[in-house]
Amino acid sequence: MTQAFRNADVLLFVVLPYLAMFTFFLGTIMRYFKAPFTYSSLSSQFLENQQHFWGLVPFHYGIITVLAGHVVAFLVPRGLLLWNSRPLRLYILETSALIFGLLTLAGLVGAILRRITVSKIREVTTTLDWHVFALLLIQVGSGIYVAVFHPWGSSWFAAAATPYLWSLVKFSPDLGYMAMMPFAVKLHIVMAYLLIGFSPFTRLVHILVVPNPYLWRKPQVVRWYGRAEAPVAERRA
Amino acid sequence: MNVRSQISMVFHLDKCIGCHTCSIACKNIWTDRRGTEYMWWNNVETKPGTGFPTDWEDQEKYRGGWECRNGDLELKSTGKARTIFNIYHNPSMPTLDDYYEPWTYDYQHLFNAPEGPDQPTARPISMVTGELIQIEAGPNWDDDLGGSPVYAQNDPNLKGLTPDQQQQLFAVERLVFFYFPRICNHCLNPACVAACPSGALYKRGEDGIVLVDQKRCRGWRACIAACPYKKMFYNWNTGKSEKCILCFPRVETGQAPACFHSCVGRIRYLGVLLYDASRIEELAKRPDEELVEAHRALILDPSDPEVIAAARASGMHDSVIETAQQSPVYRFVKEWKIALPPHIEYRTLPMLFYVPPMSPVMSNKTNGAIEHVSEELFHDIDDARVPMKFLANLFGAGHEAKVRYALRKQKAVRWYRRALTVGDVEMSVAQRMLTEADCSPEEADAIYRLTSLCTFDDRFVIPPSHREEAIQMMQDPLEHKQDTGFGFLSGPHRGM
Repeated sequence: MTQAFRNADVLLFVVLPYLAMFTFFLGTIMRYFKAPFTYSSLSSQFLENQQHFWGLVPFHYGIITVLAGHVVAFLVPRGLLLWNSRPLRLYILETSALIFGLLTLAGLVGAILRRITVSKIREVTTTLDWHVFALLLIQVGSGIYVAVFHPWGSSWFAAAATPYLWSLVKFSPDLGYMAMMPFAVKLHIVMAYLLIGFSPFTRLVHILVVPNPYLWRKPQVVRWYGRAEAPVAERRA
Repeated sequence: MNVRSQISMVFHLDKCIGCHTCSIACKNIWTDRRGTEYMWWNNVETKPGTGFPTDWEDQEKYRGGWECRNGDLELKSTGKARTIFNIYHNPSMPTLDDYYEPWTYDYQHLFNAPEGPDQPTARPISMVTGELIQIEAGPNWDDDLGGSPVYAQNDPNLKGLTPDQQQQLFAVERLVFFYFPRICNHCLNPACVAACPSGALYKRGEDGIVLVDQKRCRGWRACIAACPYKKMFYNWNTGKSEKCILCFPRVETGQAPACFHSCVGRIRYLGVLLYDASRIEELAKRPDEELVEAHRALILDPSDPEVIAAARASGMHDSVIETAQQSPVYRFVKEWKIALPPHIEYRTLPMLFYVPPMSPVMSNKTNGAIEHVSEELFHDIDDARVPMKFLANLFGAGHEAKVRYALRKQKAVRWYRRALTVGDVEMSVAQRMLTEADCSPEEADAIYRLTSLCTFDDRFVIPPSHREEAIQMMQDPLEHKQDTGFGFLSGPHRGM
């Protein structure tokens, strides 16, 4: 039995992440160059404005903050553990993380209800979108469950999960404490890999085309067909 | 000096009969696809009226265009940081309800209805959901003042008019309105381009046509709010923005754009203007009352040897310069000064100009009889039923001088022609009117000819397309017929 479990662990925590990353990079890059037209946020605000605000704004701000927290724990585990060494700071961090998690969940539920109830929005919802919603719902739900029932995540993530993730990055996979993790944590990690692996085929690719050049480009954009560059006179000016 | 060429337009409002032929020509070619049914890249509005989308001129609501803040020109809708924060939900974007929900009718029911005592009817069904709907608005819902005063009284251009003047507009049996056909202005300082977070919107260097790169648009929707003329449209099906493309596949092959070609009243003129791109920002920052003049100052004289030399230096083909010299738009805008930009106070420097309407002005006098010989030759222009202030709000950033000048000149030309052909106006009176309107008899003749006797080739002076510059032509747009209409080979599907 333990052997079977061990095999499953290897499949889910070693094979799956590499498979997911491979699909992710191959899928997004090929889609970007082969079908650039399909890269879009596919916003539906135009068809429905009110529920859109109450769903999409909390969801996005929530999930971005929570994701940023995961990235911090991955990049600076020592710093995080140091911060958490005082209980008060730990409580503040965990509470705010939970609040943003709940914000994400509330927004997500709002967005799903909007998709179900507004007929115009149903019209622009594909089967794939429902799958994305299901994955996200499980992911956010399991994340909040873990945060509530397996404290203190910010510390044990940094101590246990971060070494495991880095071992994957360094191509010398070491399951370490992963095999002993409770079911909810394992579910959360596996769903994360599934989300990453599926994202190239879904609307989630809009995350990759966030408008970064916008902040430093000039306001006006001119394109010339005859030449790659602007004319000489303009370059001088 | 950085000389660029721009395909520019003049709409002569006096000649517009409000037939919507232009809108239909455009719709049939470009916007009959799913997701675009509600779009009217070309539409014709009745003024006074709230237009399409409803209240588009109300920039407190939609926050379109530019404004001067501490000496800097900034988008009214957004700083760059605000764009990023509002990317999940744009607070000032119009939604489908501000346009209208497109519909068709359940015609099949006429054939399939079971036999019964009543005649079957074709009920309206939404083109978005396919469900039965109640029609609550349409693209020209207040056409010919239909629904007034509910719609017309909300016209933002009525701002600053006295109650008497407003009364005058809506007096029963003396109602007055005119038509206001609108397409994308292909501005020199386009707010849509500046607002686009993805850099998908761009102005073509060769001819100034503003386009959306469909492959780079991500549907962040900032352009929809930023365009003060509301001529950016969101395709809810593909998740991309779309706009008037000035029929570039037609223009590149020497044909007039569809709305120009089909215009029954022949109100539309198209030609090249040369302008100095290095002065755009400086001139767009001028105070409201100087803007019309500043906009004109940007436009260069295509016969000036200095301008020609600078144009050549910036790589412009001689044939384009020659076309600019024959441009009817240059005549109307710069030589005669009777065509004015719409809402120049939005500071996008639109390149579509309007000759303000004269007809309703002229028939104002006692009991509808036109009094054309009076001591004060121009006084009925200021007494007109369409108050000068209203026209000034549309075409002069609220300042009347430029509009009055254009109307006086038009009137003088009419009186002059009347003296020549009908003979019920004394030539001496007509001559005096011309002098007072800053117009020579030769100029009056030229205005008359280009307004009344203009042929197809007089109205549309399209620069020859150079194969080496027009990539679309080399790629053969016909190859992509029935495809996306934007020149690449993949259907306009939503997502993957």
